[in-house]
Amino acid sequence: MMPLLTTKGLSRSFGGLRAVDGVDFALMPGEIRAIIGPNGAGKTTFVSLVSGRIEPSSGMIVFDGADITSLPAYARVRLGIAYTFQITSVFANLSAYDNVALPVQRTLTDGRSKGAVHTGVMAALERTGLADRAQMPAGQLSYGHQRLLEVAMGLALKPRLLILDEPTQGLADSEIDNFIELVREIADSATVLLIEHNMPVVMQLADRITVFNAGRILAEGTPEQIRANAAVQDAYLGTTHG
Amino acid sequence: MKDASPAKPYALHLGVIALLFGLSFVLPEYHHGLLARIMVLAVFAMGYNLLFGYVGLLSLGHAMFFSAGLYGAGLAVIHLGWSVPAAFAAGLACGALLALVIGLLALRTSGVAFMIVTMMFAQVFYLLILYFAAWTGGDQGLVVPQPMRVLVLGSTSFDLTNATVRYMSALALFSIVLLISLAIVRSGYGRVLVAIRENEERTKMLGFDTFSSKLAAVVISGSICAASGAAYALLFGYVGSSFASVQYSILPLLWVLLGGAATTLGPLIGTLFMYYVIDIASGYTSAYLLIVGIALILLVLFFPRGILGSIRQRWLGWLP
Repeated sequence: MMPLLTTKGLSRSFGGLRAVDGVDFALMPGEIRAIIGPNGAGKTTFVSLVSGRIEPSSGMIVFDGADITSLPAYARVRLGIAYTFQITSVFANLSAYDNVALPVQRTLTDGRSKGAVHTGVMAALERTGLADRAQMPAGQLSYGHQRLLEVAMGLALKPRLLILDEPTQGLADSEIDNFIELVREIADSATVLLIEHNMPVVMQLADRITVFNAGRILAEGTPEQIRANAAVQDAYLGTTHG
Repeated sequence: MKDASPAKPYALHLGVIALLFGLSFVLPEYHHGLLARIMVLAVFAMGYNLLFGYVGLLSLGHAMFFSAGLYGAGLAVIHLGWSVPAAFAAGLACGALLALVIGLLALRTSGVAFMIVTMMFAQVFYLLILYFAAWTGGDQGLVVPQPMRVLVLGSTSFDLTNATVRYMSALALFSIVLLISLAIVRSGYGRVLVAIRENEERTKMLGFDTFSSKLAAVVISGSICAASGAAYALLFGYVGSSFASVQYSILPLLWVLLGGAATTLGPLIGTLFMYYVIDIASGYTSAYLLIVGIALILLVLFFPRGILGSIRQRWLGWLP
């Protein structure tokens, strides 16, 4: 099977800092992949390169067989790469409905039909449990709900690759359980790339785990393999989570 | 923008148009003429509001789009002897083309740089008008001769210097632009424009080519302002370089802020308010600008979102 996403020698420097340093990465269709690593390991920079928010210093990104290295971010979104932000960045002054209507109207081929937009929006809001808050300004939703709204917006893009950057940050434990269910559902129709610090979430969700350290891939494998990997324990698990 | 029923906003807007229509028959001559002028300039403000209110792009150069329409239409009549509809179309086309070129260049910047770049282009435009005084009349301006200002439609002809014809023409233009802007604001495209204002980076990450959306907004905004300028030349018969000066770039900003940015009716309210405050104040004192200044300060203090913006925030959330 051909990987959905591959990167070859992908690098990005900020001044003298090599935030991402020659990363070769491959992601198979349908998998849930978690990226873990200590703070500053280059995880967010890496997914930002993939989504096109920042440009690489060198290297190549291939999505579904096509070289997308020089495509602008919006064009990558249209190919099916959706990115949900680490820091919640819903449109605070727009209603939850309008927040989701934006991606829905973009993916519809007949974006002019108000009925089709409405159906799509309500479906995405119901899936994330926000339907009864559709008319609330997004900025007035609770933090957890804003995170869910962010996911609803990502879902509404009907992505083939959904990149979630620390989605459970700031969620209550009860919300996390629902969230894990939601990600499993999403994985039925999309490939998921997940940056996550919460190790129980990672262990439950991920098919495979990639460990970043100092801009490079330190290890890659199933959750069991990663758990048993001595180098990973040194760099990350042993010191921060035990 | 909400998915509320469209009936209320449309009823309100049609009501405003009906009210303006009715006023034509009851207003005394002086106010009748003033209101016609206000409606034409409110179109200018509506064009400005689309870009400033909804997309959040603060231009300080919109006088050039207004005067592109003004001179485009005026010079076509004066030098080429074109008919009124052809001249209006010429003015509109000049504004649209200018907006396309300026948009392509100015949208490479944002924020303060966008303000400066648009202002700079407008100054170039202003100086060009003065430089080509042989055709433009320089700082004296030109008067569109009265016999040329006749709109011939089929077998009937309308004399645009007649007060009622002028009022109704202004109202027709105002109504068309008002309904167009209402439709834009309520459309999916309008939602994208607001999203760009709120967070452009995020809008890109939803797959929108924000540059194209902004460029389209500049062209629509510039065209509306040019339509206002073209109508001004044809209805009031004066084509002057003062309309291209920086003052006329700041006035629409002021009207929109007063009436309420990002409200469809705000530009009309703001223009109306400003004109009548000046009109009333100047009847009492020669220091009327002082009163205008105080009125503006009070408004900013108590209605920071403009008249309609504050009404929407406090009472009528459904206002478009």
